[in-house]
Amino acid sequence: MPRMTFPFGPQHPVLPEAIQLKLTVEDERVVEVLPAIGYMHRGIEKAAEKNPYINNVFLCERICGICSFIHGMAYCQTIEEIMEVKVPPRAEYLRVIWSELSRLHSHLLWLGLLADSFGFESLFMQCWRAREIVLDMLEMTTGQRVIQSTCVIGGVRRDIDAEQAARMREMLKTLKPQIDAVIPVFKHDYTIKSRTVGRGVLPKDQAWKLGAVGPTLRGSGGAWDARLTGYAAYGELGFEPMVETDGDSYARTQVRVRETYQAYELVLKALDRLPEGETKVKVKGFPNGEAAIRVEQPRGELFYYALGDGTSHLERLKVRTPTFVNIPALLTMLPGCEIADVPVIVLSIDPCMSCTER
Amino acid sequence: MPWMIPNIAKNLTGSPATRKYPFEKRPYFPGTRGRLEVDFLTCGYCGLCERVCPAQAIKKIGDKKDPDVTILYKPFACIYCARCVEVCKFGSVKIFEEHTAPADRKLTLGREGEPVDEEFVLNNGF
Ligand code: SF4
Ligand code: SF4
Repeated sequence: MPRMTFPFGPQHPVLPEAIQLKLTVEDERVVEVLPAIGYMHRGIEKAAEKNPYINNVFLCERICGICSFIHGMAYCQTIEEIMEVKVPPRAEYLRVIWSELSRLHSHLLWLGLLADSFGFESLFMQCWRAREIVLDMLEMTTGQRVIQSTCVIGGVRRDIDAEQAARMREMLKTLKPQIDAVIPVFKHDYTIKSRTVGRGVLPKDQAWKLGAVGPTLRGSGGAWDARLTGYAAYGELGFEPMVETDGDSYARTQVRVRETYQAYELVLKALDRLPEGETKVKVKGFPNGEAAIRVEQPRGELFYYALGDGTSHLERLKVRTPTFVNIPALLTMLPGCEIADVPVIVLSIDPCMSCTER
Repeated sequence: MPWMIPNIAKNLTGSPATRKYPFEKRPYFPGTRGRLEVDFLTCGYCGLCERVCPAQAIKKIGDKKDPDVTILYKPFACIYCARCVEVCKFGSVKIFEEHTAPADRKLTLGREGEPVDEEFVLNNGF
């Protein structure tokens, strides 16, 4: 059969957000892929220059609806670094709790979407039911389910008191059996294995060379996680990156499965060790200087750069999100696979286009 | 498939995982940030809320001494961050644990919470 090119996306049932891949196929096998991004560009980096720097926290949170807390925290850390603000230890721990809850709900959401991409509807529903408990925990402690708006420059705006902490432990206890019920399916189910094992292989050297981050890199054997830098309270909580070596869609799924449990443990550990004291320090003045920081999002390493000129408005804000750097890796996974595997492989990097295009 | 039997029994006899909305409503957690109201009787018209609002959803119109001074609030521009609640020294902005009711257009609310035409107020005063 001659070669032909057809578009995959921007609207496709498995894609949560709009990206177009122009697939060139030969006998149902993909030989070439060209991505087209830019469907969801909102100009957030430019908008950040027009806002007072304090209000950008709320803007940055809106870059992504799933890891909104981590975006807000990354922005706060960048400004804190420029202004040399020392965040109180209790706030650092609270930031870890909320980041890990975000990771937990993001991974559960992704596992559901993966099940949905095979057409496994009931598994999808089960994953999202478990996720609902995490969202309830977020609403209880921060005031909102999705966009938490609790991280501010100099600390956090909300505290978790003893009563809430006890309630959270209870909710975590009800969450555990629900996760335990769905995870074995992702590990051992024949259908899932036949759709993921050996599909979309990304070798380790390629992953490093293309700058893949997050579970995409760790699924290929690269032991790197930005949490190893020990930002917030991660340095004190003891943390090991989850690594798989096969580099296929199954390995990436297993990394996320193990990280789901790890996030669960980290929330409990941070709750146990939550130090007493202030949650916020007063910040005076305007940022003057520049800083760049890295944090780990559920999808990988997130990079923030800010340049302040001593006025209330920033001169420049630059955000590099994990999916943006994972797209080149995706383009090396796809050639050679069958058309039917394209949706699952695209999903296996957990694409977040609204992050990518800001 | 004998290992499925307990699960099947549980599914047949158990209650559904979903709520029977609208008969059974989901309770809000204490501290949920929802609907906002500005109390113009206690408001000191200092304009602080307008200055901190990240979404430009709350606006002071007119001068403090002016009898026509008012606060315009746009519930559909508001992002419910509660910054205005934090900064108000008079406790005039109140936040409730329930969501804003849906509407068929983006409303602007005037002094007593009544919908107003923002263009008209900006040009002609109240
Ligand atoms: S901050 Fe409070 S007192 Fe000041 S204008 Fe706003 S509502 Fe009125
Ligand atoms: S809650 Fe936030 S967005 Fe809404 S009016 Fe108050 S400051 Fe503005």
